[in-house]
Amino acid sequence: MRKRTLIPILYILFLMLPIYWLIAMSFKTTGEILSGFSLFPQTFTLENYKVIFTDPTWYWGYINSIIYVSLNTVISVAVALPAAYAFSRYRFLGDKQLFFWLLTNRMAPAAVFALPFFQLYSSVGLFDTHLAVALAHCLFNIPLAVWILEGFMGGVPKELDETAYVDGYSFPRFFVKIFLPTIKAGVGVAAFFCFMFSWVELLLAKTLTAVAAKPIAATMTKTASSAGYELGLLAAAGTLTIIPGAIVIYFVRNYIAKGFALGRV
Amino acid sequence: MKTENQKAWFFVLPVLLLVAFNALVPIMTVVNYSVQETFGNNVFFWQGLDWFEQILRSERFQAALGRQFLFTFLILIIEVPLGIIIALSMPRSGFWVPVCLVTMALPMLIPWNVVGAMWNIFTLPDIGLLGYLMNHTLGIPYDMTQNPFAAWVTIITMDVWHWTSLVVLLSYAGLVSIPDAYYQAAKIDGASAWKVFRFIQLPKLKTVLTIAILLRFMDSFNIYTEPFVLTGGGPGNSTTLLSIDLVKIALGQFDLGPAAAMSLIYFAITLLVSWLFYTLMTKDDAQ
Repeated sequence: MRKRTLIPILYILFLMLPIYWLIAMSFKTTGEILSGFSLFPQTFTLENYKVIFTDPTWYWGYINSIIYVSLNTVISVAVALPAAYAFSRYRFLGDKQLFFWLLTNRMAPAAVFALPFFQLYSSVGLFDTHLAVALAHCLFNIPLAVWILEGFMGGVPKELDETAYVDGYSFPRFFVKIFLPTIKAGVGVAAFFCFMFSWVELLLAKTLTAVAAKPIAATMTKTASSAGYELGLLAAAGTLTIIPGAIVIYFVRNYIAKGFALGRV
Repeated sequence: MKTENQKAWFFVLPVLLLVAFNALVPIMTVVNYSVQETFGNNVFFWQGLDWFEQILRSERFQAALGRQFLFTFLILIIEVPLGIIIALSMPRSGFWVPVCLVTMALPMLIPWNVVGAMWNIFTLPDIGLLGYLMNHTLGIPYDMTQNPFAAWVTIITMDVWHWTSLVVLLSYAGLVSIPDAYYQAAKIDGASAWKVFRFIQLPKLKTVLTIAILLRFMDSFNIYTEPFVLTGGGPGNSTTLLSIDLVKIALGQFDLGPAAAMSLIYFAITLLVSWLFYTLMTKDDAQ
């Protein structure tokens, strides 16, 4: 039994090491980082964080990222809900083919789409807006949201729908008042995964923005190349990108595992 | 049973329109480029399938494709068994479950370029934790900017660090859904731990493992940002995976025709292999 508990502990230790190093680095001065190896910050400094919180190009990066990620999550879940309901309750012409086609969009390498996406969103006048990134991320988030929600809805017995109709509920009222509360765990899980994949994606977000909607990740790559070797600043910015994810995961910790287990293949 | 209802299409319509806007227009643009030659100024010449032939024959593409398959193969063969082992040894209930889940999921929520940058800082030979330990404490020469083997070990370790938790979470979800009665029956029959795994746990894990393997295949085959930030494809071309090479051709050299043809070949391979996995792993269910 002892040996068994050792495995997760070792694994978590392995996961935490690079994260520890990033955080430790963010509290060091650039001078200390470049002068040599030290396990803990010798001269503890908050200077790196101060730069980020006072320089608008830095903190606006975070605000931009959070805006388009939230937009994307809302759009993806909102349009995926009725679609998932249709897939879980009805048979219709081409349903299976449509479902598979949706999933194939997760297989398209973002690198393939980068340039055409730039042209597409420029031509409809959305280039460098939060909406452009939010819509572009729908490409891989909607299929995932439909997939997860369909799994959860499949677990709800059909009698629930029928009883509600007998009781005189209209469809929209039934959907909002009865059905949504029943699958709220599923909505949480779907929203979590949409948030996650939109938050971590960079290639499309960077391609579709220039100044006004530039994500934090793009600000970071620019610093890495232009300001030489500002490792402390880079580490501080990286550390801050971990926080939103950590907050979101805490809220759905009991549901994340379930989300995929109920989904169908 | 599901009822036949063609009006269900109205429910699917918003999804269809949004995804089609994002998928069809760009893919048509790519198809368009792939059969033409341009010298700029929006002047195009019909090229037919020449680009496809040229790409498929080029040694550069074949080498990148080979590296890509090697990378994905190593990822799957390490992450899937490791993920199952970790899920099996996790506690089933109690205080430690949410702690495990939250800490394990953390790497997946870090933006991909930060993952690359983080591993870059971690492995710097003289000032990174891993780099320093290897070079100065253990005395193993380790510098991934010079040594291709070290670069490969590093990108594989990074991906294991980044994504094994996905397999863990999914397997764990599958394991938790097995009723206790199954284990009790196995105990009465005196089944060994291996037999319990082989005949009770593994069959129950099949659905979630299919999803895990499919997702890991698609995402590792399409990986771009993390290895690009970490190694930039080097040293030399040793870690230039398929999408890194693609972006080099498309945005670096601006060879739109060959890049488009390569995109389509790339997409076709991903689709084909995903479909193969899918049919192989769901074959028994159909019978």
